[in-house]
Formats: sequence, C-alpha cells, structure tokens
Amino acid sequence: MSTHSSRLAARMMVAPSVVLLLIWMIVPLAMTLYYSFRLYRLLSPDRTGWVGFNNYLWFFNSPDFWLALFNTLALVGGVLVITVVLGILIALLIDQPVKGQGFLRILVIAPFFVMPPVAASIWENLFMHPQNGLFSAIARGFGAQPILFLEQYPMLSVIGIVSWEWLPFATLILLTALQSLSSEQLEAAEMDGASAFARFRYIILPHMTRAITVVILIQTIFLLGIFGEIFTTTQGGPGSASTTLPYMIFKQAIAAKDIGRAAAGGIIAVILANIVAYFLMRGLGRNLEN
Amino acid sequence: MARALSHRRMWITTAAAWAVALLIFFPVLWMILTSFKTEPSAVAMPPQFLSADWTLENYAEVWARSDYPRFFWNSVVIAVGSTLLGLVIAIPAAWAMAFVPGRKTKDLLMWMLSTKMMPAVAVMIPLYLIFQRLGLMDTRIGLVLVLMLMNLPIIVWMLYTYFKEIPGEILEAARMDGANLWNEIAHVLTPMALPGIASTMLLNIILAWNEAFWTIVLTTTRAAPLSAFIASFSAPQGLFYAKLSAASAMAILPILILGWFSQKQLVRGLTFGAVK
Repeated sequence: MSTHSSRLAARMMVAPSVVLLLIWMIVPLAMTLYYSFRLYRLLSPDRTGWVGFNNYLWFFNSPDFWLALFNTLALVGGVLVITVVLGILIALLIDQPVKGQGFLRILVIAPFFVMPPVAASIWENLFMHPQNGLFSAIARGFGAQPILFLEQYPMLSVIGIVSWEWLPFATLILLTALQSLSSEQLEAAEMDGASAFARFRYIILPHMTRAITVVILIQTIFLLGIFGEIFTTTQGGPGSASTTLPYMIFKQAIAAKDIGRAAAGGIIAVILANIVAYFLMRGLGRNLEN
Repeated sequence: MARALSHRRMWITTAAAWAVALLIFFPVLWMILTSFKTEPSAVAMPPQFLSADWTLENYAEVWARSDYPRFFWNSVVIAVGSTLLGLVIAIPAAWAMAFVPGRKTKDLLMWMLSTKMMPAVAVMIPLYLIFQRLGLMDTRIGLVLVLMLMNLPIIVWMLYTYFKEIPGEILEAARMDGANLWNEIAHVLTPMALPGIASTMLLNIILAWNEAFWTIVLTTTRAAPLSAFIASFSAPQGLFYAKLSAASAMAILPILILGWFSQKQLVRGLTFGAVK
C-alpha cells in the first residue's frame, strides 16, 4: 500500500497542518524574541534601542518573578495532585453498581463545560465572598468568622477553583479506564485472599497507568497557561501573592505597558514550558507506547 | 443473607456516589437557582433555598440591557467556524497519518501537541500587532483563524486515533469487490469515519466556545463572544448577584446542554485513544 506515489500523496495531505502550525509557532516567537532585547515602552515610544539582556535581568532580579515561578508550578502541581487523587477515588466509587449511573455522569461532567470566567465568578461571588458568599454563611452558622479566601489564601483558592474545573475530566477518563478492567481478575484475587488495598495497589492502579498519564499530559498543557481564573478573581493579588508567570507577563504588557519586558517574560515562559514538556515526555512517554 | 448484605452495600454506595456527584454539581445548580431569585433574596442571610422570591426578571433585564443575541451569534460563528475550518485542514492530515504512517508520524504528532504548551500570554503582543497591521482586530474571521490554529493539534490527534481504528482490510475488500474510489469513500470510509469526526467536532466547539483569553484580548465590541459578555458583567459589588447569575447561565447553558448530550463520545475522544 505504501508505494512511492501514496507516500507523496500522504505528505501533501499532512503538509497544510504542519506548515500552518510552524507559522503559528515561529512568527510570534521570533517577534517576541526580537522585542525581548529591545527597549520598547508604550508610555515613552520615542526612546528605543537594543538593551541586551536587561529585560531578562529585570525578571531575574525581581522577587516577584521567583514568587510567580513558584506560583505557576504550585498551580500546575497542586491541581494535578488534587484532580488525580480525587479523580481515582470518585471513579472507584462511581464504578460500583450504583443506581442512576448515567445521570451521575451528567452531574459530574458539568463543571468541564463551564467557561473559566463564569467558573471563577461563581466561586468568587456566590461562595467565597466574605459578606454574601455561601461559605461565610456556613461559617457564621457555626458561630465562626468567615474566612477571607481570596485575600488570605489567594493561591490556594485559585488552585481550588481550577481543580473543580478539571476534576470532571480526570474522573471520567479514569472511570473509562476502570470500566475496561475485567472483573474476573479482581474476583480471583479476592478469592485468593488479597485485601482491598492489595487489589487496588497491584491490579487496579497498574491498569490505570495509561489513563493517569493522559490526564497529567493534557491537564499540564492547559494548566501552564491558566489566566482567566486569576484575572477574574484576584487580579494576581493581594500584592503579588497569586501572580503566576502568565499573569506577571500580562501585567507588564497591559498595566506597565512595557513591551520589551513582557516579551522577555514570554520567552522565559516558553523556556519553562519546554522544560516541563521535556520531563513530561521523558517520564510519561513510555506509558503511552503500545 | 449475603444477598441482603450486598443489597445494603449497593444502597450505601449509591448514596455516597450521589452525594459526591451533587457536591461537584452544586456550584452550577446554586448559580442557576440564584439567577431566578430577586436581588435581595439572592444575598439574603441565611441563604434561601426554597423560600426565596422567585422571578424571571433577571433574565428579562440582562436581555434588555445587553445585546445578548449578538454575543451569542458571535460565539456560534467563532466556535463552529474555527472547528469546521480546522476539520477541513486536519482530516487529510490525520487520514494520511493513520493509513500511510511513516517512521516520523508519532514524533510529528507529539510536536503538534507541544505547540499547545506555549502560553498564550507569551505571544500576546506579536499577535496583537499582527492583528492590528492586518486589520483583523475585533473581527470574527480573525478569531476563527486564531482558535482554529490553537485547536488544530487536538483536532489532528483526535481524528488520528479514530481513523486508526478503521481496519485497512475493509478498504482492500471493497476494492476487491470492484468498488471504485468514489464508492469506497462514499459507502465505506465516510460511514466509518463519521462518528469520530462528529465527536471531534463537538469537543472542539466546546473548547472554542469556552476559550476566554484571545476572545477577550482580540475583541472589543463587534466580534465579542459570550466570554467577553460575561467578563463585562463581573465585579458586581454585592447588589448584582442574581443578574450576574442569569448572565452566566445564559453564557453556559447552550454548551452545557450540547455537552450533556454528547458526553460519552467526548470522554472517549479526549483520551486520544490511549484509554479504551
């Protein structure tokens, strides 16, 4: 089937996608790289010139940058841990013979369809608001002071909101994997006297490795760029407490109107994404092989 | 005895599973309930569940105060347009990768996915400048292009995994039976590929509908979709909860309903074929 002509035809069919993605990747990246070495402030447009690595040095010398880097990794790592662990537990629960499983799935998947600004504003206003939120009502019901979620624990609150958005995705993929596990194997292990934990550790968990890999891979891609949730709720504050790298770049571009610095931040973000991608592919690539 | 025990166990797990599912769904439910309350009732302490003052006023007012149909139509055009354009470009690519795989096919797929790792904010300024230069600012066609490129790797991946499951022997058998190329495409390939194409389309419509970075950065009024509509409704300062909830419900309900109808296929597609 793979004659010379069909090979050529196949290349022609793949070419448009590859060329478009190359342009989509390289043109903006090249422009960002160029600006990252330039002095370019929208507030003083006539002062321009090459500034070497100054824009990069500004980031490395700023304490906010290291905090933003930490926050970015905390957000990705925190959401991954929460969604994978809770996802496995909920999948194990729903996989039991329960009444109305189809309807349960519909309820569980709902947050995945809620757009980020709406998800963030529901949590910010209807739940975490110190006066009118449901959480403060509950706290007062117990005679306690309402917790100031977004003021005192901004990063944890954002991690919570984003975890809620991604929990359905993790749960349903892990559930799909669980449902393909043969029940005979589990029953045989039970007959042989394997404890529930042993069955989970040695039969269920290995069976779910691929699904967990997919969850981590796909979620990391989306989590590295999280923006809307922070923009809607904390605006990166108080101070810089919940500023992630994408949000710090956004602040440089929009608030400080310093295009050169924002571009340098963009290049740093791309390098960070590449480092994360490298470790992901190395660590997880094996699990995806057939 | 054992039967009664397992019967009781089933009811306990059912109750637990329902409690967890309702907990996950509750924020959406609470938002929908709030959207039907009067403003004082929405912020009443203690919170009102069934005793609230119910009203449809919020929807009427959001409808009257903003140009909802225009935002909605922009969302439809951008989500559907970017998805269809993406399919036109991705179908041949995925097809070739699935049926004439080369040594580099897997690497090429991984590279495509890796382009999605670039944070949107990092390339915001160049794209902004390109858009201004080309006159694409605040146009639907501009957003269709950007969202198409953003989701193209996912479209290619999903189609590839669906196409790979079509057995190649079927094509050869059809050829043996004397089917010409047209018959082969119309009667053998299309029916087998259609479910995969349909669920790829649905997932990408949902992803594009919910995209909330480029749709906000690259639009002001004319081309602004529902994500921008909802961003303009934020910062309610307490007296505005019911209306904010009504606007939120109007922004998410179309896609929530579409998603509920197609959730089985969506989950399968999202695993990129790695989970059966």
